[in-house]
Amino acid sequence: MTRQIIHKPQSESDVAEIVRESLGAKTPLAIEGGGTRAGLGRPSQAPATLSTALLTGVTLYEPAEMVISARAGTPVSQIERALGENGQMLPFEPMDHRAVYASAGDPTIGAVAACNISGPRRIQSGAARDHLIGLRFVNGRGEAVKSGGRVMKNVTGLDLVKLVCGSHGTLGVITEVTFKLLPRPRQTATLVIAGLDDERAVACMSAALGSPFEVSGAAHLPQTASQGARTVLRVEHFPDSVAYRMEALEKLLSPFGAPSRLDHEPSLSLWRDLRDVGPLAFPAQRALWRMSVAPTRAPRLMAALRQTLRGDCFYDWGGGLVWFATEAAGDCGAQAIRRAIGATGGHATLVRAPDEMRAALDVFEPLSPALMKLTRGVKTSFDPQGLFNPGRMYAGV
Amino acid sequence: MSQIAFPEPDPRILARRDEIVAGLARLVAPESLITSEDERRAFETDALTAYRRMPLAVVLPRSTEEVSAVLAYLHGQGVKVVARGAGTSLAGGAIPQEDAVVVGVSKLNRILEVNYGDRVARVQAGVTNLGITDAIMADGFFYAPDPSSQLACTIAGNIGMNSGGAHCLKHGVTTNHILGVRMVLIDGTVVDIGGDHLDANGYDLLGVIVGSEGQLGVVTEASVRILRAAEGARPVLFGFDSSEEAGACVADVIGNGIVPVAMEFMDKPAIEITEAFAHAGYPLDVAAMLIIEVEGSPAEMETQLARIVEIARKHGVRTVRESQSALEAALIWKGRKSAFGATGRVADYICMDGTVPTSKLSYVLQRTDEIVKSYGLRVANVFHAGDGNMHPLIMYNVNDPAEQAKAEEAGNDILKLCVEVGGCLTGEHGVGIEKRDLMRFQFTPVDLDQQMRVRAVFDPGWLLNPAKVFPLDQRDAA
Repeated sequence: MTRQIIHKPQSESDVAEIVRESLGAKTPLAIEGGGTRAGLGRPSQAPATLSTALLTGVTLYEPAEMVISARAGTPVSQIERALGENGQMLPFEPMDHRAVYASAGDPTIGAVAACNISGPRRIQSGAARDHLIGLRFVNGRGEAVKSGGRVMKNVTGLDLVKLVCGSHGTLGVITEVTFKLLPRPRQTATLVIAGLDDERAVACMSAALGSPFEVSGAAHLPQTASQGARTVLRVEHFPDSVAYRMEALEKLLSPFGAPSRLDHEPSLSLWRDLRDVGPLAFPAQRALWRMSVAPTRAPRLMAALRQTLRGDCFYDWGGGLVWFATEAAGDCGAQAIRRAIGATGGHATLVRAPDEMRAALDVFEPLSPALMKLTRGVKTSFDPQGLFNPGRMYAGV
Repeated sequence: MSQIAFPEPDPRILARRDEIVAGLARLVAPESLITSEDERRAFETDALTAYRRMPLAVVLPRSTEEVSAVLAYLHGQGVKVVARGAGTSLAGGAIPQEDAVVVGVSKLNRILEVNYGDRVARVQAGVTNLGITDAIMADGFFYAPDPSSQLACTIAGNIGMNSGGAHCLKHGVTTNHILGVRMVLIDGTVVDIGGDHLDANGYDLLGVIVGSEGQLGVVTEASVRILRAAEGARPVLFGFDSSEEAGACVADVIGNGIVPVAMEFMDKPAIEITEAFAHAGYPLDVAAMLIIEVEGSPAEMETQLARIVEIARKHGVRTVRESQSALEAALIWKGRKSAFGATGRVADYICMDGTVPTSKLSYVLQRTDEIVKSYGLRVANVFHAGDGNMHPLIMYNVNDPAEQAKAEEAGNDILKLCVEVGGCLTGEHGVGIEKRDLMRFQFTPVDLDQQMRVRAVFDPGWLLNPAKVFPLDQRDAA
């Protein structure tokens, strides 16, 4: 379907007006930020697009309170620049999808919230949804709704922030987000252990994450044709603590082999590359799966998949997040992956595949009938006419 | 005179009490069903003791299947249900009503599985908060959210209220630590949401269940994250001549890139009351005190403490007192965690729970003092300074109805103040009945209606804990 209309509201009240007009005209809307993650989810079937491109700007930043608010279309790069000047960061380390999708443009902070985008530090600090403390959005009735606020602790009323976060624009048009922050660690270092198989690597990462040394990243890159297996563990803190903890960790993990080290700058680029799934970004025509499982069951999951599927994988989150690239042929491996996940628990998302495949397959893990009923109910409670991103998460929702 | 209204009990339900009790008796063992007036009395209130209502009956199921059977039956009969953990809610979240059956999770008290490799424990929902940490402490692990009532309160209640605690500054609150729940919907359907993996598949239903105050379902099991404890931890007392200095110190510590695991504040009345009770060595000659906890190896603690002391000196810190032993450290925390109980020995009190931006702490403390004085009452302040979650304890005499009314009005004025300066009504205790009628100060009718529509997805007949959270007439308006 060609999209003739692109709305670019400049304020929340503009958004509400566009939504009310679309309601009247029964015209579904595709919701778009920077467009760099357009391949995430099922292809949306909407004749008009609502873009947050002109809904920009930091609206509140209090470094001493570790809180920032910004309009949804604000580029993540602008937020990170402002935070960097004050030695702070978004703790959950949001992934940049441009490498994976070969897309251009500026990722927006609204999309980070809408898709609950986190990175390697999720394992220690929590996800985007754990740091998103406030939201403003326009629901499918054209009403501007607020949930949460700008303070660190808030249990007042139902936590709609969490529901909207990760709803991929299907519940409302996010107009403004508020995130809590952390100081940027003064120093980063990485321990690299070579040659572990997947089982040993997860055992090693579990030992590291179960240590008192606050490991903030734990990933495993299995052996490939061109490179041996590497298990990488990140420590971040003041320099004196990093020195001490690297030493202690090395001692603790000595049964897994003699590690090498990466210091600050090489660590930063390694973890940026892992955050953005650099190891599996190319070749770009392969299908890419993202699987969330209990870490100790991840090697079993991959062993099951390797029986029928060819491809490459790496583990993040201590094994709890498996990225798997395979041929975009047939069903992209969906049947085998769903069956294997059924045995290990967790869920799989088809992050990258041609449009026609993402339209034909379940992109997100299918829900049980009881959860699907609740899901449909929640969708209707926000968006009774099914105006926003129809079919983006589930066919017919 | 009680000011908070309860809905009139439904006479048709009251008239059918015997029949409903008989129906319940067919579903659970006799020891799981409480019907006598004497025994029901133990369930008529929670920690908001100024209000009480006798429930129709109390059921204490022993399994998810029993909870399912009980809810399916009560749903079919159109009977309201109030879920209950340990009944420690300060907001009245667990107070029943005359035409409702209390479904308590206290017999669901087993830890089902501890998995250190995946850093997760699966527990029945009636396990106490501290019960989890006790079971894993010997292996160096702990469950992070630590409400003051952690000895008694249950994970079910923590999930209901999204409970916090003193160590949330670093570790976050309940919602950041729950990976999955098994929950029974009002019609008896059992759903598993989440699991032992991270992050939701589909909508983050778990995110809206945590903090839903027993209005979406009855949680019977939970998978919770467990964390490895630091090598060591040491609380340090910092005494100041004014609350302003203490508040400025808190902001400056964070501004310097240091996030201690806890930063707790006490004013002079709170210090005096708790010291008399706990003998923790709190300084009695200061106007305000911070408990700042540092953690790590001995050398790391020394270094971090030195950094904090340097900052505190800029703000005129008068006393710095390190705990010299594990016993002293325990006493320091005992004093803090028993602050509410110790206050209860001096007077009846209501505990407010608003959160404010930390830059507004000094102003809100000063205004709180003025507000309470204007009602002729006394206040003690003890709270989580690092995240701005305030706990003014307004002292009054529960046997003096006029004084109770004044205390509640003062509390309402303080909460409105919290909202006015950019904060919220409740940081970790929940809305319950206590703050229900103030919700419109924080939310527009549109905001509330959206929340109520989501609530209705789970409980269309509005049977679960129905008189809580949302102003009673907002439902008629919706």
